[in-house]
Amino acid sequence: MVELISEVEGTGIFVQGNDIDTDRIIPARYMKEVTFAPLGEFAFYDARFSESGDKKDHPFNDSRFKGASILVVNKNFGCGSSREHAPQSLLRWGIKAVIGESFAEIFAGNCTMLGIPTLVLDPASITFLMDWIKEHPSEAITLDAEKQQVIYSGKSVDGTMVSSSRKALLEGTWDSTSLLLEGKDAIKEVADRLDALYN
Amino acid sequence: MGENLFNKVWSKHIVRELPTGQTQLFIGLHLIHEVTSPQAFQMLRERGLSVAYPKRTIATVDHIVPTDETKRPFSDLLAEKMMQEIEKNAKEFDITLFDTTNSNQGIVHIVGPELGLTQPGMTIVCGDSHTSTHGAFGAIALGIGTSQVRDVLATQCLAINKPQVRRIVVNAELGKGVYAKDVILAIIRKLGVNGGIGYAYEYAGSAIEAMSMEERMTLCNMTIEGGAKCGYVNPDVKTFEYLKGREYAPRDASYERALRYWKSIASDADASYDDVVEFDGSLIEPMVTWGINPGQTMGISERIPSVESFFADEQLTVTQALKHMSFSSGDMVKGKKIDVAFIGSCTNGRLSDLREAAKMIKGGKVAKDVKAIVVPGSQKVKKAAEAEGLDGIFTRAGFEWRAAGCSMCLAMNPDKLQGSQLCASSSNRNFIGRQGSPTGRTLLMSPAMVALAAIHGSVVDVRDHLG
Repeated sequence: MVELISEVEGTGIFVQGNDIDTDRIIPARYMKEVTFAPLGEFAFYDARFSESGDKKDHPFNDSRFKGASILVVNKNFGCGSSREHAPQSLLRWGIKAVIGESFAEIFAGNCTMLGIPTLVLDPASITFLMDWIKEHPSEAITLDAEKQQVIYSGKSVDGTMVSSSRKALLEGTWDSTSLLLEGKDAIKEVADRLDALYN
Repeated sequence: MGENLFNKVWSKHIVRELPTGQTQLFIGLHLIHEVTSPQAFQMLRERGLSVAYPKRTIATVDHIVPTDETKRPFSDLLAEKMMQEIEKNAKEFDITLFDTTNSNQGIVHIVGPELGLTQPGMTIVCGDSHTSTHGAFGAIALGIGTSQVRDVLATQCLAINKPQVRRIVVNAELGKGVYAKDVILAIIRKLGVNGGIGYAYEYAGSAIEAMSMEERMTLCNMTIEGGAKCGYVNPDVKTFEYLKGREYAPRDASYERALRYWKSIASDADASYDDVVEFDGSLIEPMVTWGINPGQTMGISERIPSVESFFADEQLTVTQALKHMSFSSGDMVKGKKIDVAFIGSCTNGRLSDLREAAKMIKGGKVAKDVKAIVVPGSQKVKKAAEAEGLDGIFTRAGFEWRAAGCSMCLAMNPDKLQGSQLCASSSNRNFIGRQGSPTGRTLLMSPAMVALAAIHGSVVDVRDHLG
């Protein structure tokens, strides 16, 4: 049994724009690695640094958001490549939950498998939350997976989570290998049945 | 009411329903490559697990392999380390590996079909989003993350939610100079890069039926760029003929048995769908992208739209796109001077793509100051192209003729854009930084259009150069 994840609390950070792809989250050149461990410092690398290494204006460079763990984004975040390196780099940078208008499916699935909840809020609530974080970078935000709510500034806002992801996080089955292994006999039956159809 | 292919194949692969509400789905074929698999094997070791069905996993190398100098050890030590890692893992877990010395090596989504590993009615996964390619055969083919690679290695299963099914019907005959690449770009433009979230796409209609298997692979390949979980075409006589005699395809009595299964899983004529969208194929122009995602696309005769013509919540992304591309609303992409031309990738690196590109050259030369490379998708594609003299056509015109690999599609190897170079590319993603330079710029188009852009030094309309 892995960790049960029902609430994530931390200060916020936001990255604006729709369709932020996984190449932007982690440029491919940093994937030349056989482990995920060193990826944190390369999150959003090309958006944060110029080619000569100078810091650019980016929330992940902004000292006000240092130590933030709740990332707020817009629409279709994490589209493109299936690289788990993208959520791995965010996780290792310190992100523990992502709140957005919508997520690319493979990205959201990868997040769940790492124990990172992704919660969807309506566009107006996202704009409001981003503005609030800008004004209150050191105040805590809570993602409550049980209630599917974001709680900040003394109020709670209703959102939605993919039901299976929410259940997996709450029940501690988000790391799915052991759950799948429980079906060992049933797996063998299906494998044998399919062998008779193809292969 | 009949059933669609997706539901038929899905139900045949259900192991059980999980407490989370997801399905435990059996995976018929697991393809792996050097970039997204090493951490998965490491996780297996840490947990003391083995590979449950090693014969159902096939490995190849493509992302990091250099295409100019394939001699080992690679001069890039990080790339060499990744090669050694997949070699070690394949050996330790008894998995077949096509390394660069093996004539079966190539881009994973080109290798699967050409070896007959990819078959109708299968579930296929790979730690790579362009796994959707294999849907061209009527398979459920899904891109997955590395933790899921671990799950499949350990259990041959995925924990997955069932998507809805959207039928995309493209009828009528495509115009001259309009290819599968243009069709999929037109579909993504209309439905959006996130329009497919929650869906599997079934491609149907007379324009799709008329496509060759390789064209169907191009079409299905870019399904993921539309945000869908997977895409497929119902198998037909072309599919069955394509598979006959391929190394891993069933033979003789097994072929006959498999054929019965393949025919049985095609969508019934009265199948139901959660959504249907229709396109008139005769209205699709040769397409070209102008922005930083594949949905920011237009017909080659069109002008880049104004920021104001987009919904308010899209305007920031459009502004970012124009800034990155150094383009303005009202510009045409036709006529833009290019610096690099890239023909290759899992989208358009097959023999038919190289033939169409070579046809456009007609004795012309690559324009001065343009770097043009042709990268066959696999060693088999390279050999077949050389057998019919395509390599000579390209090299005489001034294109570089390379070894098989992903090359400049994602630039995890020495093939990269420099600075803000503008690249006419037959690949699948025009994301910021995708081709290796953070300020590099990509124009997606068909391989024929890329070849013409290389010759003319600027983007042209393929229809002006036919016949």
